Amino acid sequence: MNLKSLLIALVSGLLFGLGLSVAQMIDPAKVVNFLDVTGRWDPSLAFVMAGALAVNILATPFILKRNKPVCDTLFRTPLKEQIDRRLIIGASLFGVGWGIAGYCPGPMITAVSFVSTDIMIVLVAYIVGTFFTRLWMRKQTNNQTEQERQVQSCIE
Amino acid sequence: MEIINFTPYSALTGGALIGLSAAILLLFKGRIAGVSGIAGGVILPEKEDIPWRIVFLIGLVLGGLLYQLLGISPGVESIQPVTGKLGLVLAGLLVGIGSALGTGCTSGHGICGLARRSLRSLVATLTFMLTAMITVFIVRHLLGSA
Repeated sequence: MNLKSLLIALVSGLLFGLGLSVAQMIDPAKVVNFLDVTGRWDPSLAFVMAGALAVNILATPFILKRNKPVCDTLFRTPLKEQIDRRLIIGASLFGVGWGIAGYCPGPMITAVSFVSTDIMIVLVAYIVGTFFTRLWMRKQTNNQTEQERQVQSCIE
Repeated sequence: MEIINFTPYSALTGGALIGLSAAILLLFKGRIAGVSGIAGGVILPEKEDIPWRIVFLIGLVLGGLLYQLLGISPGVESIQPVTGKLGLVLAGLLVGIGSALGTGCTSGHGICGLARRSLRSLVATLTFMLTAMITVFIVRHLLGSA
């Protein structure tokens, strides 16, 4: 086990959780007040994204110019480019859930530090939703490759 | 429209910390700081790279604890849910299903993806922002729970 790599993950996670907390994004009311554009509006969340984006838009191109990460063998950035139905349906459902309770995964996990049953409820539901969706997606991929193999053998 | 509780400085500072976190993870480890992706790889693993993911998630919670220890103001002292228990279950399920299906959440698409100028992430971010705003409009103003 690479200890340096674990230390990086710890520092990165800690800064992320601290950032979310400092920005008060762990307070679901603040998130929902941002989403409430037709009512009493709190623009703070847009500034959180702007602050994070400002750092990353500058840093990311420089980082990706390197041949490899400092402590790893390659950059594992997403390769997929096409916009498919799954992306739209997934993002839509995610938005509905986010709007109902004001929790997206980052603040939800960070908020575990405020020990409360409400946070555990939303977290367990999130874990269940993620587990079964990933399971379904894995089966779809396996079926797909199976079909492709059959089509391939027909051609041959 | 009326502006309330706007905290631009703490929002920008917190955002910059999140940006720094993502830059560190990419520079040293070559990974995207997308929380749903990192958590998803622990909830139902695809590969054998679970330890760093668990450590990152522990880091998130420690970040929240550190914040409480430092007592930064204006602060969040306790978290009040904006919906009932049934709403929490429904919201958690939808956030889990949606982020797995859409391969990302606010951090992965909204921050890292946009910084890489990914069109997929731009479309995802605009989509979830829109459906979230419509949801809040329906729940708050049409059903009138607030």
